[in-house]
Amino acid sequence: MRFVDEFRDAQKAHALAAKIAALCEPGRQYKLMEVCGGHTHTIYKHGLEDYLPESITLVHGPGCPVCVIPMGRVDDAMHLASQPDVIMTSFGDMMRVPGSGGSFFDAKAAGTDIRMVYSPLDSLKIARSNPDKQVVFMAIGFETTAPSTAMTILRAAAEGIGNFSVFCNHVTIIPAIKAILDSPDLRLDGFLGPGHVSTVIGCRPYEFIARDYGKPVVVAGFEPLDILQSIYMLMLQLAEGRSVVENQYTRVVPWNGNLVALKAIGETMELRPYFEWRGLGFISHSALRVREKYAAFDAERHFDVPGVRVADPKACQCGEVLKGVLKPWECKVFGTACTPETPIGTCMVSPEGACAAYYNYGRMNRRRVREAEVSTP
Amino acid sequence: MTAGRVGQQPGNAGWVEQALREHEEAERRESEAARARDHSHGELSGATEAAGRRPPAGDREQQVLDRIDRARRRRPRVREERITMAHGAGGKATRTLIEAIFLDAFRNPMLEPLEDAAALQAGASRVALTTDSYVVSPLFFPGGDIGDLAVNGTVNDLSVAGATPLYLSAGFILEEGFPVADLTQITTSMRAAAAAAGVYVVTGDTKVVQKGKADGCYINTAGVGLIERETELGVARARPGDAIIVSGPVGDHGVTIMLARGELDIEADVESDTAPLNGLVAGLLDAAPGVRALRDATRGGVATILNEIATSAEVGVEVSEDDIPVRDEVRGAAELLGIDPMYVACEGRLVAVVDDADTGRALDALRAHPLGEQAAVIGHVTDDSPGVVRLKTAFGGTRIVDLLVGDPLPRIC
Repeated sequence: MRFVDEFRDAQKAHALAAKIAALCEPGRQYKLMEVCGGHTHTIYKHGLEDYLPESITLVHGPGCPVCVIPMGRVDDAMHLASQPDVIMTSFGDMMRVPGSGGSFFDAKAAGTDIRMVYSPLDSLKIARSNPDKQVVFMAIGFETTAPSTAMTILRAAAEGIGNFSVFCNHVTIIPAIKAILDSPDLRLDGFLGPGHVSTVIGCRPYEFIARDYGKPVVVAGFEPLDILQSIYMLMLQLAEGRSVVENQYTRVVPWNGNLVALKAIGETMELRPYFEWRGLGFISHSALRVREKYAAFDAERHFDVPGVRVADPKACQCGEVLKGVLKPWECKVFGTACTPETPIGTCMVSPEGACAAYYNYGRMNRRRVREAEVSTP
Repeated sequence: MTAGRVGQQPGNAGWVEQALREHEEAERRESEAARARDHSHGELSGATEAAGRRPPAGDREQQVLDRIDRARRRRPRVREERITMAHGAGGKATRTLIEAIFLDAFRNPMLEPLEDAAALQAGASRVALTTDSYVVSPLFFPGGDIGDLAVNGTVNDLSVAGATPLYLSAGFILEEGFPVADLTQITTSMRAAAAAAGVYVVTGDTKVVQKGKADGCYINTAGVGLIERETELGVARARPGDAIIVSGPVGDHGVTIMLARGELDIEADVESDTAPLNGLVAGLLDAAPGVRALRDATRGGVATILNEIATSAEVGVEVSEDDIPVRDEVRGAAELLGIDPMYVACEGRLVAVVDDADTGRALDALRAHPLGEQAAVIGHVTDDSPGVVRLKTAFGGTRIVDLLVGDPLPRIC
């Protein structure tokens, strides 16, 4: 298949793997963080770690939209969904995220009107065809999905649709990366920058990471060869003692981002003073809310949202996993009490969550696999 | 539901605490067992075992994986208070529901193998019996409709049990207001499908429910077939070294249905693969006595069958992504939707486990039939990591292929 197979060529992968291995300083351990959940998914789905020397560890970062939603926001959404005459709409990934009283799927089974959509524009369509209902869109995601929410609000305003609102949970990636850089319990050598977020915000916002923290950043694409090449670029910077922002995903990411998308976000949304992230706690200026000008489309203004704060279950170590301090399998309840069918933590829900990706695809001892392959010629 | 307060949802609150309690208890038991083991070993051969008491960091991962493996083997239990869509998706939740509720209620030696059809003794003959309900939406789709699906599905469940399908029943649940013209179209294609498969619909039932209590038309079919061959089939018979064969490109039906719903605004030139497999199976079993198991890859796709092989026979399964036939159109659509064709339903494809010595004969027999032209060996049964399906990715890595949890959820970014 064109535009896909070229980026999954095993021969090129072997060549890149050899170049990466050659850049490893003997005795040195490297920890590279892939910020985006999409990268985590690709890494496990294609078994990419088989190509990396043991001295390189990939640390899975916080860039998975549903993983960072705190339990309290899920409960708030559930409260909205249970209001009379409300149709709640949400992306599929959100449906299984557990709140303190169950997930959207559970509520749906109990009769609450919750529908899965593929785009916020689908929610708007539902609003148009159900004029006697209030349709709420559960907006989640980073700068990647915020533009489509913004465009939907603008469309609703232009058409004067009165029964549509957004429960805005959009978050921004830079404050989260900064929180991780400032976290005392983690030492990272470099970052694979989130490709899709960067199509919107461009590469400039990462410059402080290279400048102030001395860590190289390579904005990476989502095919397995993209990621291997980006790792090579990071290792080359480390070997040469450089730390700059580089763009591997040039076929999609413009250096300055997408101005139209940024304008739409800026027109309809503003930064919240602070927002709670699952496992990371409150981070200032890290999330978006609907601007006053578009208050009619803001579910938080339209309805009475309880705004509860719910503490995570004690045994859940999602925070440590999100920060990359723990590998998924190092969490106390991983795979036994917390599994994809009964997720306790958000990292086990989305296919982009580090725990779910590891459980579904990577649940094998890589070292054993390697040893087995060496012994059988 | 009235204006609710948070926490009032009759959801699954409480199971988290329960899961954690169970987890702690299991952990306590494990560490006690380990202590007891260490103690007895210490007395016998202290020198070698003492080293194993404090495992090196690298082996801790293996210990966690072993613990997960044990947790996975525990008796399944339905934790939800209500049925969710996941219980019907053919993945983990479906299996849990079947084992914890249905198998528990009806347990008997004929049901227990959980094969596509039950093999029964009736006088001097051996017969196969199966039943299946059809609720596909939309009712009409490229390549077929609910009618031929209902006939072919049941014919295939009998065929992969090694039986010659003979007679079918057809039960209709119709919604008030359903167009008679549509019903005629459905029964016409059922008649054609039955004729093509050489079976008769010999009994039936009709129920009509009020508008809104069903979605147009649901069909249940049951089927009886005669088992004439000596060959015993069953996924539990798989042995290390056996070849695993699929009879053609996978995922056509599922992708066709997803696109036919029109919710995705994706257009692709794909058709359902719905077809009767009895001719293909007869040719295969005649030519290759080394066939150990057959399954038709419906809900849950090929991946689910591979997992059934691995767990039932307690063997490992290793397949190669490069060798799994998938049409470009299906691959493209699946790629866009973020789903894996390995999990997507087929309605006219089978997976065969074959004694490696018979692989050539089996492939030749399949390829000689129009429905099996693209048959391919996709992997082998192994003796390492029992219960686990491993995939060699086209990219050259290795990953696990587990049962799916719920419906394939489209990724959002």
